[in-house]
This record gives sequence, C-alpha cells and structure tokens, in this order.
Amino acid sequence: MSEGIMQSDQPTEREGDTPDLFSKFDETIALREGLLASGVEDPFSLVMEKVLSPTRAICNGRDTILLGTYNYMGMTFDPDVIAGGKQALDDFGSGTTGSRVLNGTYQGHKECEDALREFYAMDHAMVFSTGYQANLGIISTIAGKGDYIVLDIDSHASIWDGCAMGNAEVVPFKHNDIEAMEKRLKRIPEGAGKLVVLEGVYSMLGDIAPLAEMVKIAKEHGAMVLVDEAHSMGFIGEHGRGVCEQAGIMDDVDFIIGTFSKSVGTVGGFCVSNHPKFEIMRLVCRPYVFTASLPPSVVATAATSIRKLMTAKDKRDHLWKNSQRLHSGLRELGFRLGTDEPQSAIVAVIMPDLEKGAAMWSALLTEGLYVNLARPPATPANMTLLRCSLCAEHSDEEVETILGMFERAGKAVGII
Amino acid sequence: MDRAEVDTRIRSIIEPFNKKGIAITDDTTFAGDLEFDSLTVMDFVAAIEDEFDIIISMNQQAEIEKFGQLVDAVNDQAS
Repeated sequence: MSEGIMQSDQPTEREGDTPDLFSKFDETIALREGLLASGVEDPFSLVMEKVLSPTRAICNGRDTILLGTYNYMGMTFDPDVIAGGKQALDDFGSGTTGSRVLNGTYQGHKECEDALREFYAMDHAMVFSTGYQANLGIISTIAGKGDYIVLDIDSHASIWDGCAMGNAEVVPFKHNDIEAMEKRLKRIPEGAGKLVVLEGVYSMLGDIAPLAEMVKIAKEHGAMVLVDEAHSMGFIGEHGRGVCEQAGIMDDVDFIIGTFSKSVGTVGGFCVSNHPKFEIMRLVCRPYVFTASLPPSVVATAATSIRKLMTAKDKRDHLWKNSQRLHSGLRELGFRLGTDEPQSAIVAVIMPDLEKGAAMWSALLTEGLYVNLARPPATPANMTLLRCSLCAEHSDEEVETILGMFERAGKAVGII
Repeated sequence: MDRAEVDTRIRSIIEPFNKKGIAITDDTTFAGDLEFDSLTVMDFVAAIEDEFDIIISMNQQAEIEKFGQLVDAVNDQAS
C-alpha cells in the first residue's frame, strides 16, 4: 500500500489576501470583524424566528419588542388585510410571472392603483414592485441628459441611485437648507429642465422638511417637484397623505413617491401624480417595465390596507402619542436625540461612536428590544444612530417598558 | 477674471479645509493628499459655488481629482 493513498486530498486554501475585485471591500470586512470581536451580537444578521404581532417577535430565541420595523400603523396582522391576501392567493395564484405591461397586470393591480388615487385624491397612480424601484424608475426616467436634479444631501439611497441611473446633472444641497436650495436653482442655466427631489420625513433623524417654503421656491424657479413620503404615509396629515398634506401643498407637488413596506404593511412602491401625461411612464420607465409585477396577494393586502388607512384617525392619534412619550422619556433619561421635538414616528438616539452604539444595540436586544442600528455611510455627518420607529399598536405600557430597557442598557454601556 | 485670480481665490477658500497645512500645487489631490471626506467635499464645493456663483454638479465633481483640475473647471465657468 502506498503512503500516498493515506494522504487526503488537500486543496489549496485561499487566504483571501490575493488582490481581486473583492479587495475594495476589505475595509468593510475589517470593520465588521472588529465589531464582532468586541463580543456584540451581529446587528446585521438578526433572524426573527417567529412574529407574534406588529410589535413582538421571537428574535435570536428571545421574546422581543419591535421598535425598528417602520410598521407604523401596525397593519401587518390586520384581519381584513390578511383575509384580502388569502382570498387573492386562492383566486389568482401565488404570482403573476410577468411585467405590468405584458401579462402582469391583474384586477388586483388596478384595484390597488384605484385605492391609491382615492387615498391621495390624485389623477394617476402607478404601482412598482418596490419603493426603491419607484424612486429609481421615476427619477431616472423623467430627468435626462441636460436636465438638472436638485436634491437634499441626506436623500435616501434609492433617490441617489435614480440620479446615478439617469444622465441629468446632479446638484445636492445641504440638508433642509432652504437658502442653499434656492441658490442652486438660481444658477441653473436658462431653459434647462429642473427636478427638485425632497423627502417628507428623513428617515435617519426623523426630521421633516420645510416643504411649504421649499416647494414654493422650487415652483417659482420653474422646477417640477418630487416628494418621497415613504415615512409619513398613513400617519402625518389629516388623511395620512403625508407631510405635503400637513404643509398644505398637495396641489403644488408634481409627484409623490411612496412605499407599501412601511405603514401599508407589505411590499411594493408607487408614484401618484396629476400630470396629464403621466400614464406614458408605464411604457418608458425601465424599472417598471423590466421586472415582474407584485403577487396578487400583495396588491390585495396593500389595497385593503390603504383603504383602511384613509380613516385610521384613532391609530394616527395613538401613534403620535407614542412618539411623543418615547421622545420625551428618552430625553429625560439623558439620551441625545436626532430632533429637539418629535416630528415623526422615528426617534433617533445618537450614539457617541460605532463601538458604543453596537454595544448599546446588543444590550437592548438582551433586554428584549429590537431597534435599528444605523451607521456610516448611511447616516448623516457619519453618526452612529439607534433608530426607533414606533407603531400605533405599541400600548402605553409597552412604551414605558421600552423606556425602562433603554435606561438599564444605557447605564450598563455607560452612555447615560 | 483670469486663471491666476481663480487660483488665488480657491487657495484662500481651501485654507480652512486644509487641516494639515499641505503645500498645494496643481497636482494636489483632494481625496488623497488633502484627505477630504464626502462631508468636507460638500462644504468645500458649496463654498466654491457661492464664491463664483456657479454650479459644480456631482457629475463634474467626479471628473475633478486634483487642485489644478478644479481651477480649470471653475475658470471655464466663471469667465
């Protein structure tokens, strides 16, 4: 018997240090390894084994209060919403296997768009497969070569990606700075097309935009205005139409972009508009055309949820109460927050640095509380944030429990 | 306004952003030599735009890596 046969096959193990296309991620890999070496649970690979309600789940084996889901109106377990989805699953099957412009428009997609038109009292509504694609598609399609996009520097990634995908000149201005926006609009060459892109609520700090002033100035300079209301739909404004409604400028905005993955409680995105030529978007907008449409069950749950949100005043009031209580409670405990006053259902707790932030996130999870850990580069000014988003279904007692958890974790980590 | 004047004015704007007091030539890079991060770039570009009353879009910024390229770009627009 030869010695050779005893030698098991030994493939060369790649060390991973040979420079290749992945070398550009080395810094991120090192950052992540350093974070995990400090003993915290991995903030970016949490698994929810069981979801008990819009506000509770079993996370990594623990019963956990959810305070970072954007499930603002708690519609995910609404009995009517669930029943609508089940019925559509039975009647129309599990998926459409097609683009909206080919075989992927079912009765449910039209009904969902009808619900949106009614919700916003606008002429046109176009449903995309995600909110990300709605921004990507509309922005990249309407602003082309030679046009100018003027946008807030803290805009969501989907807005930036929409800009990058189109060929327009991209001109950012300092966050919520009315004067900086106006200066840039003034400098745009005569005759060029202009699109101003704003958000109702900025999701990192939970602050709202001064839309009344900004939209007025944008219009004075002949710009079209697109407002992303992802984090305000269902909650802000008398009918839950968002910050535009609250600011009284629904008629001045050309496009509102939104999502089904927050207040509506499922997945999908949309754009509503009164522009007389809006319907042509369905043929020219590539992220709308070249992807499969949402499954029938999803559009059915979305339509049911949107209709219920029209009249959900009690829920809006309770969500507002929760947001105010959490904001004031955290302030009293000595935490630094993203806004001086609560402006939305997002309360951002500013951490001194990423290490402390991750330790705090981990300590909260051990207490049984899930929040979002947000870190650079997604955050403004390279801040590390613990982002809390409230739900209308959080009870008053739950909010008090949450404050107790923050107090214990904050003291243990040495932040307060 | 000629190129020399644009150069002088940009040099005075860059001063507060040049934390390490690097000697600036046309070949000085913003990301490498001056270690500008994205936030610094935003403030710096805004300062230049206000000084010369111009727009330097993100698309243009992507083409500008060195001090000399910035002076040229501003000079093209400001003259």
